[in-house]
Amino acid sequence: MDALLLARMQFAANITFHILFPTISIGLGWALLFFRLRWLTTQQQGWLDAYRFWTKVFALSFALGVVSGITMSFQFGTNWPGFMEKVGDIAGPLLGYEVLTAFFLEAGFLGIMLFGHGRVSERVHFAATALVAFGTTLSAFWILALNSWMQTPAGYTIDAAGVYHVSSWIAVVFNPSFPYRLTHMLLASVLTVSFLLAGLSAWQLLRGVAGRSAPLVLRTALTVAAIAAPLQIVAGDLHGLNTLQHQPQKIAAMEGIWETEKGAALRLFAWPDEKTRSNHLEIAIPTLGSWILTHAADGEIKGLNEFRGSHPPVAPLFFAFRAMVGIGLLMLATSWLGGWLYWRRGWNAAALPRPLLRVLAGMSFAGWLATVCGWYVTEIGRQPFIVQGLIRTADVASNVAAPSIALTLALYVVLYLALIVAYVTVLKYMAEKPEEVLETESKERAAQPAVIATSPPVVPGAAA
Amino acid sequence: MSFDAALPVIFMALMGIAMLIYVVSDGYDLGVGMLMHRATPAEKDMLVASIGPYWDANETWLVLGVGILLIAFPKAHGIVLQALYLPVALMLIGLVLRGVAFDFRVKAKEGHKVTWDRLFFAGSVIASVAQGWMLGRYVSGFGEGWNYPLFAAAIAAALPMAYVLMGACWLVMKSEGALQEKAIGWARLAWLPVVVGMILISMATPWVSATVRDRWFALPEIIALITIPLSTAAALATLRALLNTQIVKGALCWLPFALMIAVFLFGFLGLAYSIYPFVVLDRLTLWQAASSPEALKVILIGVCISVPAIAAYTAYSYWVFRGKTSELKYA
Repeated sequence: MDALLLARMQFAANITFHILFPTISIGLGWALLFFRLRWLTTQQQGWLDAYRFWTKVFALSFALGVVSGITMSFQFGTNWPGFMEKVGDIAGPLLGYEVLTAFFLEAGFLGIMLFGHGRVSERVHFAATALVAFGTTLSAFWILALNSWMQTPAGYTIDAAGVYHVSSWIAVVFNPSFPYRLTHMLLASVLTVSFLLAGLSAWQLLRGVAGRSAPLVLRTALTVAAIAAPLQIVAGDLHGLNTLQHQPQKIAAMEGIWETEKGAALRLFAWPDEKTRSNHLEIAIPTLGSWILTHAADGEIKGLNEFRGSHPPVAPLFFAFRAMVGIGLLMLATSWLGGWLYWRRGWNAAALPRPLLRVLAGMSFAGWLATVCGWYVTEIGRQPFIVQGLIRTADVASNVAAPSIALTLALYVVLYLALIVAYVTVLKYMAEKPEEVLETESKERAAQPAVIATSPPVVPGAAA
Repeated sequence: MSFDAALPVIFMALMGIAMLIYVVSDGYDLGVGMLMHRATPAEKDMLVASIGPYWDANETWLVLGVGILLIAFPKAHGIVLQALYLPVALMLIGLVLRGVAFDFRVKAKEGHKVTWDRLFFAGSVIASVAQGWMLGRYVSGFGEGWNYPLFAAAIAAALPMAYVLMGACWLVMKSEGALQEKAIGWARLAWLPVVVGMILISMATPWVSATVRDRWFALPEIIALITIPLSTAAALATLRALLNTQIVKGALCWLPFALMIAVFLFGFLGLAYSIYPFVVLDRLTLWQAASSPEALKVILIGVCISVPAIAAYTAYSYWVFRGKTSELKYA
């Protein structure tokens, strides 16, 4: 297999694993703030239970995000050394600010948020939690600014040696696709966390544990998801319009459109064939493609054949996009149906149909799938460029030999698969613990000094 | 020197300090991790408790150091990471395993704890050995030839031993009673390999690098420079003597650890002297490797905000957890 493809796969493996955890941290930080607020105002035990349990999930997720983030900081150098040499002036500060924001979080406020109950006043604790949530969101701001710049570059000049310099930081950060991509990612985090909250709570209800907190968390989750899902569809639509304007070849590949068309059909299913540059087994709805992509019946969609040699691989984009949209629609349906049923039964969790609970439990990680598919669409969709239209990925690759890359790729993939299995297993195990155990454990923890770390304080013989 | 020309030097100093703090702090973390297999299950919990509050803060210094290399010296970053491609990947895998084991070993089912403890140990070993190899390759300027891999292998064996000694000294400081006795024993065991390793490496480095040879074996510099190996020897000798006393179990329990910090500091100073102003020995000076002054100024702002924060965070966590680990029990 060729070294460039292996390098891309390795970078993809690392960044896929990494994105799983900040996606949870961003939304979960705000959820924890909400649970804390509800407890402060209602003094209902269930909210405190919810806060305690989901704080542990946050800590575990954050830890995995940290270690994978450390790995990411090396990947630019190991895989794409030419990238930093050419666009270091732009990427450096943006990456730097993302890392610094994330660590500032850990530095100041995470420890207080995770373990500071009883150590600091309610006000300080609340402020710390709010700052953690804000910090994770700010971190996303910086990294999306960089990624968006790579998709729709702006605010730069190129010198005689081919090195990029900043002519306007405002233009660099607020480049054409940035607002859409940031919104889309933040909503993705909200949806991912909503379905994780709903799924684990549903699982707890099915198992008959967490009777105080699970109904409350489920209600919150379904309500948020029911609002976020349609918003995400709108955001996605606007994002699509923007992409059509700036990266038409990405849209063409996503939709499997080979020849430029007016009034393009929507291909629900097809088997794109790059050799013959056509689709097999196409099932399409006439005109709907142009309606969705241009909001006009006779809108023109440029075909892939106008971009020979500079368009992304078609099949991965075509299927990843459909998977993402499919999951998104499923999320919309489930959240609306689930929310409506729950409301109709007076928010009585015991009256919820068990099939619904099973569906929700099964969709606990639906957000992960949708987010990863979406990222694959946008990143593979930028190929063969690393900076759209300006720098090709092949030109910045390292000269590490293919066998070495294959070896490290295999090691990373095995490690990450094992860790994902461990993570899901531990979440399930923690979710099933009865409330009495949780209460004892948290009393034990409260008696200890505050820990400023993502790892729980270890007491010989006691559980976390 | 103009401010623009001084900027790369400032960042090199920052990067060097970040790496030194990382090696000292994660050094004892990894050292304790490597001592896990010699501890009983109850002692394992104590070992982890002694480093649990700090490991996260300690690792931020690595990210800071590599981050500065990435954004301030992009050309060097590329050269260094490509030359060290496999060891870097192994180190990262080791660090990931060690990092997640902290949380997983207490959150997972009781029966899985043994597995996670083994992974904690394995991760610590892998990361330390990989770091030693990387240090060896970096110090010898990524040279080609039969003696270079041998040199790197020697450091790959010596650095973990230094970490183990560091970790043992940390435990002498943080533990009491039977565990402290054990830690003193572990420190005694690790001492000789470290001394032998350092002697061998001191002899080998000038042999392997002409630049180092020229810089060190030059009059009158050598008169001043000789203080570095002499101070290191004095520190190590004092350390060994201390381990035989009774007072090390009481009032001076912190001194072995402090002496080890001094040893690492001397080593760092020696390395810095050997390498400056190259960021890749004999190939790339820091001015050649640096980003443009404009970019460096933007990054400097961010660094000025965050480095004090990271330092404050680190200092605070050490202060909160001062004293013996055994005191970290619930009331």
